[in-house]
Amino acid sequence: MRILTLVRQVLDAQESVRVVGGAVDLEGRKLVMDTMDEYGVEEALRLRESGTDAEIIVLAVGPNRVEEALRTALAMGADRAIHVESDVALDAIALSSVVAQIARAEQATLILCGGQQADWDSQALGAATAERLNWPQATWTRALKLRGTTLIGEHDADQGSESFELQLPAVITTQQGLNEPRYPTLPNIMKSKKKEIRRESVAAFLVAPKLKLLGVEIQEKQRLKRILDGRDVHAAAAQLVQSLRFEARVIA
Amino acid sequence: MILIVVEHADGKVSKSTCELITAARELRRDGPLTALVLGRGVASVAAEAARLADQVLVVDNAQLEQYDAELWAAGVAQVAREGDAHTILIAGSRSGREYSPRVAVKLDAPLLEEVIGLKDVDGALIAERYTFLTRVTERIEAQGAVIVATIKPGSWAPATPAQNECEQFDVDLDLPPRRLTITARTREKSERVSLTDADVVVSGGRGVGSPEGFTQLVVGLADQMGAAVGATRAIVDAGWRPYSEQVGQTGKTVQPKAYFAVGISGAVQHLSGMNKSKCIVAINKDAEAPIFRIADYGIVGDVKEIVPAIIQELRK
Repeated sequence: MRILTLVRQVLDAQESVRVVGGAVDLEGRKLVMDTMDEYGVEEALRLRESGTDAEIIVLAVGPNRVEEALRTALAMGADRAIHVESDVALDAIALSSVVAQIARAEQATLILCGGQQADWDSQALGAATAERLNWPQATWTRALKLRGTTLIGEHDADQGSESFELQLPAVITTQQGLNEPRYPTLPNIMKSKKKEIRRESVAAFLVAPKLKLLGVEIQEKQRLKRILDGRDVHAAAAQLVQSLRFEARVIA
Repeated sequence: MILIVVEHADGKVSKSTCELITAARELRRDGPLTALVLGRGVASVAAEAARLADQVLVVDNAQLEQYDAELWAAGVAQVAREGDAHTILIAGSRSGREYSPRVAVKLDAPLLEEVIGLKDVDGALIAERYTFLTRVTERIEAQGAVIVATIKPGSWAPATPAQNECEQFDVDLDLPPRRLTITARTREKSERVSLTDADVVVSGGRGVGSPEGFTQLVVGLADQMGAAVGATRAIVDAGWRPYSEQVGQTGKTVQPKAYFAVGISGAVQHLSGMNKSKCIVAINKDAEAPIFRIADYGIVGDVKEIVPAIIQELRK
């Protein structure tokens, strides 16, 4: 079987955000593979290591820099990569069309992608891709096994969690708890340099963004920052409770 | 028409649905505000919805006994097409955010996800939403004959039900077979107020030291105020608390009136789940901890001493 895993390259969570010219500025910042997608790459590797005969293809859509994220996935153990070059930011619904077209062309039967993307805070990509392919999906998956062509897993729902079964082909969105992504080893990093990254132009996919970005703002709420020294435990506690009751009026 | 998908559990309309009604009324787009109820044995839900919307469409079908993304998407898209809906509003719950992309694809519509503000400007919808782990607010525009949006819970005031019920119509749909088989369900049971609805949330991090420390300090403080309990990812990963209590990027997003961070240093993934709280109170021994940078009130000190003193003070 072929497994397609999607990766996005996002701002490292430890980096501060800054806005330049109406957009979030990524120039010269530390960019990493989205953690949520790392779980997907790792899970593909684990499915193979547990005995499934699978080729693992990793896909990223974006400018040249996203190849770094693809290299990381290859160094983790993915077999080959596809980079759809695009300087235009696509929203999840538009992007899902590219992913679905690649999945069809590659005859993939399982797609893994992060449950939420850390840049656009979207959860739509997995489900939108599944819809385009007319495949079922399981989102927010925390455990996954493959028996023949049946996926058996656990995922989070509105209230609590559910155990599920699903026939391939299917889309699975991943999250924390599913696995612990591995670090690429030096020999695997060396090996990955010889692996193929196939480049395609986004123009061939005939997609247009469905949304237009008008502007971004960092609206940090002004915080009071009334921080007390706790060496005098009871005085600090008394003053805090007093402030919360009578100044902020947030507790009774 | 504006189509609102009614979210319900245990025979009751959810608070998020009442918020959708307010958001829809403020939009002032043409046509009746139409509430769609999908489910089985949903008469009480439909009656409640009839006091909120201008008309109610009810699909009462055995196949809809339990939520399923494909069934819900098929139902919503079919009703939207037949009713010529130009706007579809869906609550931004886990399920809402799961089936809404399918609706958008079926209708070839743009999807506005998790919006906190929504306006009609000359026929286009302009939305505000958070991005970059809730650190940035973006303004985006969607155009089209039909637009789908999910609304972030807590962003609008819930609508108050009217005295009279509007008209209800039964609708038959062709639904696809269910392909995701659910073999077991574990429902979160909590005696407490729900995290996302609570006015006050008390969350604990590694600084509480042990599971016993968590119970004594975090649960103790929450009990004293009738607050909900939250936890950081580290605490959940360690198995001290259930995942349902996790606040942050991969857990729940909360914006209570008061958020108490007990022994939490403030990793950005955690902050993204709580940084919109009205008032943030931090208790931590490290004065340099990032949580203090977004705190309104705080005490630098040992949580094992400070928190019991606060509990004692609250009892006075």
